[in-house]
Amino acid sequence: MTIYHDTLVWLAKSAGLFYLMGLSLIVLIYTYWPSNKKRFNEAAETIFQDEDKPCR
Amino acid sequence: MIGQLTKGERQLALVILIFLGLVGLAMAAGGRHDPLGAHGALVIVCALAGLMAVIAAYFDPEPDPERLDRYYDDPSKIGIVIAMIWVVVGLFVGDWVAWLLVNPDLTFDAGWASFGRLRPVHTTSVIFGFGGNALIATSFYVMQRTSRARLPDQLSPLFVLFGYNVFCLLAVSGYLIGVTQSKEYAEPEWYADIWLVIVWVTYLVLYLRTLARRKEPHIYVANWYYLAFIVVVAMLHIVNNLAVPVSLGHAKSYSLFAGVQDAMTEWWYGHNAVAFFLTAGFLGMMYYYLPVRAGRPIFSYRLSIISFWGITFFYMWAGSHHLHYTALPQWVQTLGMTFSLMLLVPSWASATNALLTLNGAWHKVRDDATLRFMMVAAVFYGLTTFEGSFMAIRPVNSLSHYTDWTIGHVHAGALGWVAMITFGSIYASVPWLWKRESMYSPRLVEAHFWLALTGTIVYVMAMWNSGIVQGLMWRTYDDSGTLAYSFLDTVIAMHPYYIARAVGGLLFLIGALIGCYNIWMTIRGVPSAAPRVATDTAAESPVAVPAGAAAFRSGE
Repeated sequence: MTIYHDTLVWLAKSAGLFYLMGLSLIVLIYTYWPSNKKRFNEAAETIFQDEDKPCR
Repeated sequence: MIGQLTKGERQLALVILIFLGLVGLAMAAGGRHDPLGAHGALVIVCALAGLMAVIAAYFDPEPDPERLDRYYDDPSKIGIVIAMIWVVVGLFVGDWVAWLLVNPDLTFDAGWASFGRLRPVHTTSVIFGFGGNALIATSFYVMQRTSRARLPDQLSPLFVLFGYNVFCLLAVSGYLIGVTQSKEYAEPEWYADIWLVIVWVTYLVLYLRTLARRKEPHIYVANWYYLAFIVVVAMLHIVNNLAVPVSLGHAKSYSLFAGVQDAMTEWWYGHNAVAFFLTAGFLGMMYYYLPVRAGRPIFSYRLSIISFWGITFFYMWAGSHHLHYTALPQWVQTLGMTFSLMLLVPSWASATNALLTLNGAWHKVRDDATLRFMMVAAVFYGLTTFEGSFMAIRPVNSLSHYTDWTIGHVHAGALGWVAMITFGSIYASVPWLWKRESMYSPRLVEAHFWLALTGTIVYVMAMWNSGIVQGLMWRTYDDSGTLAYSFLDTVIAMHPYYIARAVGGLLFLIGALIGCYNIWMTIRGVPSAAPRVATDTAAESPVAVPAGAAAFRSGE
């Protein structure tokens, strides 16, 4: 199968554009979803540990 | 080291090493009329050294079951020491080639000492030798702490670490005897590339196995960056190195790609090596060590997630900016340029996030050179990503491309960002790993910091000047419409800048040597003669961190 240059350009300018816009939207929704706030704040604190040993 | 392996792991190590030795033997026999034979001998020597180490400790008692209550830090310790050896080698060869440009006679009439062979020795030693070992060592440290899980076994981390260094040795020794596939930052030939794939897949599986054992439900953001580094580097490495060897007895191979497709594949690889080897991995380091050292959580965890996805998905398309004004279709060049400009958003989000984390801890930045290394790294990260986006704009690139400006840009990133964040992380880790109160000498850390910063500024300023002078001279026309300067005129104009650059590099090398001495004395546990500043002691211990962090937050 030969992939023509014009086909690739068309694909990049249509599907490529919407793919990246959709992806950005999904990331922003995930990041700012209200119920995730608590989890992220807790995650930021997890690196401060009282003892330097594993749980398992 | 071997004492930490269980009986079964020692046996498996022997099997792996014997297999490696046999592969080396086959390479030496099959490639006896070719440089491949010399590499076969090198593989045999590596396998024998490993075999001797395992056999010498084979009958030692099995490791204590209580070890499972501790993190497995041997590979991190060894990795840090190896990284410091590579950085000295890499900076030394780098400064040598810098002086070679000042005085071309410094090759001593030896083929192996020509610029074209020494330069990849420099780039591979600093990027893969120093950077790669530092990333492996710190990733083992960070993934265990953030998952609160010990590495799943004792053998595979050592396999990853030593296997990776065998690859680095094959690469660097190969350049000196003329083995190269002539792709920038992907010079090693097919057999070394196949070996790296095996090592890298083991690394990925090891990382995922550790994460699978994690106690924390959420995977801390530093791990996302380290994982992106591992996954994407595997992908880039495999695609860019698709090649067919002349025969199994020859080092030489031919790439699957040709012409402009080859150039595009190479720069898709090359720029993403910058993105995922020299950026994502080191951002992983920054997102762990900087908050811990400052005693403050990252300014905005949400911002770190947005930056992560931005960097991961934008960088992938930016490589074509290396091929402006070439046979590459115009729209692909424009695509690369646009994505490079968009990249400014996640890059500056990361740099800003790091600097805002330090709000409320600036007195620590003043007193603690280790934290200052990390702060300056974040500043250089911001500067370099701005410069990179700017240079990717086609008309700007017409001035900067093929000049020393590019070299200046790369070193602002490599010295200012990558090396600074690594030295900061290493100075933070060494006392934690070897259970020392602090580094042997905080004053030597200070000295290293100022030498590194001065060296970087001298280097980058010299190359900016040289690059712009060179670029302008190349495009100056006289009244009759012909070029005003010959190429030789531009070489003479750059000479003073080359001297300055070599001096800057030398300062950076001296700083690294001081760092090696300081780390060595800390490992040996020699008490420091210098009076210790109270704040240093508090900042050195990870146990003291939560208390300090809580004190800051209660005041907010």
